[in-house]
Amino acid sequence: MIRKAFSFSNIQRNRRWALILAYFFLILFIIFFLFPPYYMIVTSFKTNEEISSVKGIPWIINQAPTLYHYKNLLTNTYFLTHFKNTAIVTIFTVAISMTISILAAYSLSRMRFFGSAVLATGVFLTYLVPETLLFIPLFKVLGKLGLLNSKWALVVVFPTLAVPFCTWIMIGYFGSIPKALDEAALIDGARWYQMLFQVFIPVAMPGIIAATIFAFTISWANFLYPLAFVYSNEEMTLTVGTVTTLIRGDVYHWGGLMAGALLAAAPPVIIYAFLMDYYISGLTAGTVKG
Amino acid sequence: MSQPAAQEQAPGSEAAANIGTVFTKFRKFLQRRPTLAFLLCAPLLALVIGLIVYPFFYSINLSLLNRKETRFVGLANYLFLFKRDTFWMVVRQSVLFTLTAVFFKALIGFIMAHLIDAIPTHRQRLWRGLALIPWVMPPALSTLGWWWIFDPSHSALNWILQTFFGTSVPWLSETFWARFCVILVNIWWGSPFFLIMYLAALKSVPANLYEAASIDGANAWQKLIHITIPMLRNIIAITMLFSTIVTFANFDIVQVLTRGGPRNTTHLFGTYSFSLGIMLGDIPLGACISLFLFPVLAVAAFFILRNVRERVRQV
Repeated sequence: MIRKAFSFSNIQRNRRWALILAYFFLILFIIFFLFPPYYMIVTSFKTNEEISSVKGIPWIINQAPTLYHYKNLLTNTYFLTHFKNTAIVTIFTVAISMTISILAAYSLSRMRFFGSAVLATGVFLTYLVPETLLFIPLFKVLGKLGLLNSKWALVVVFPTLAVPFCTWIMIGYFGSIPKALDEAALIDGARWYQMLFQVFIPVAMPGIIAATIFAFTISWANFLYPLAFVYSNEEMTLTVGTVTTLIRGDVYHWGGLMAGALLAAAPPVIIYAFLMDYYISGLTAGTVKG
Repeated sequence: MSQPAAQEQAPGSEAAANIGTVFTKFRKFLQRRPTLAFLLCAPLLALVIGLIVYPFFYSINLSLLNRKETRFVGLANYLFLFKRDTFWMVVRQSVLFTLTAVFFKALIGFIMAHLIDAIPTHRQRLWRGLALIPWVMPPALSTLGWWWIFDPSHSALNWILQTFFGTSVPWLSETFWARFCVILVNIWWGSPFFLIMYLAALKSVPANLYEAASIDGANAWQKLIHITIPMLRNIIAITMLFSTIVTFANFDIVQVLTRGGPRNTTHLFGTYSFSLGIMLGDIPLGACISLFLFPVLAVAAFFILRNVRERVRQV
């Protein structure tokens, strides 16, 4: 009996130690993960003199913080134009991608036609195609269409990155809707579009939100396509605009660059902060589910 | 619908009636389920064929032309690349980059998933959210932050080295350190993806397996080797294959951090193709380099598809 009691308290003590160790290492990893964004925030509030001096601890603000870089960014640079372009491109990309993928996923998950199974596998395979494989031929194709150096080129090419994954996870979500629901709707005399809008879309809303966030992120964060296809300041999107126009020969551009990068990264981060659970369930479903 | 109307209107005119029947037949054809199913997929098909399949074959075609794209030169571009030391360096660097980065991303993701799984459930959301931030920021922009961290004279890393060790490291201008930096940033960016996948998978392992093992006197290590890893085998394989494709085809991090330098030693296929194809304007050579991504993609895709199918069969 005594031995049993002893081992019980031993287990409890072990558990507490395990928990403390878990937190300790977790904090170490989180410091590694969060140091770059933290350092970007700190730098964006520093004066140019402070950034250029080598005195003082670099990861805290030693002198009075300043909003100079943010004011300068919003008034003297193309930042707002780039923001507007990114927003336009993203809205169109999301709308086009979601329309294409919802219609296709509805068809592929519930109806059969010649070659539909092959097409479903094909969609999954195109999801694996990386952007770096096709940007050279797309450069030529966009050139022929006369779309080079225009933000509309991005509206044409971004859906190629978003649609395969969105279709794939929507097939999963639609496929998990019980067939009894369709039958009930059919008995009530619903047409296919009524079934889609009144049964499938409302029931699969979590999946639609996850796919929308995915399409949004692809369009907001993509760097290669705008870098390769868009050159003028008036047409650029945020990622490329921040990387190319805020870097100058000047050594002390860091404050403005960090402010620009932070503001440009803010919309996706804010969206994730609110809708993270939807996205995570979509992501795990998309890669794990058949 | 229009047929009765046509018959009433002009009993004598055969043509009108014929057009009516053809029209009705067409409507019926449209309303057949396979036709409807196909029509709903038509936009997807158009997109995939027009902007993925066609560009792929167009790319092969381009890679067989001369620099001005006026003459068919066969495999001359490929042979030219095979004779260049830079190309083989890109091959070696891509393999090194991919193997190291994928390994450490998987390792860190696996460890962090276990750490988060070990703390009380109501706190897990917060920690998972914090850990996801690197993956949520657009990589081109967060890499700018790293670029600043690696700044040789004014920034944090060298400040620490200078203050405590009296030395400093030329992070991005020396081959070894530049390679180290691009891999480090890739690990930083990609580990949260593994963390999410593994955490979700850990939660799906039945708790009674661990309880049974505890009763049998298994320690934590034995549980890991004999329960967790076998149960997660499939998801570990799939995430690593996915990540292999994404890492091998990486562009943003290298382009922002080093643009392939110093002396082309950090180039990957994506950035090398960009610098020759777009920056120097040699489209056929650029297409040629990009196409080397395809074999890796095809092999990874083959295994992913097999894994996904196996999973479907199990469920």
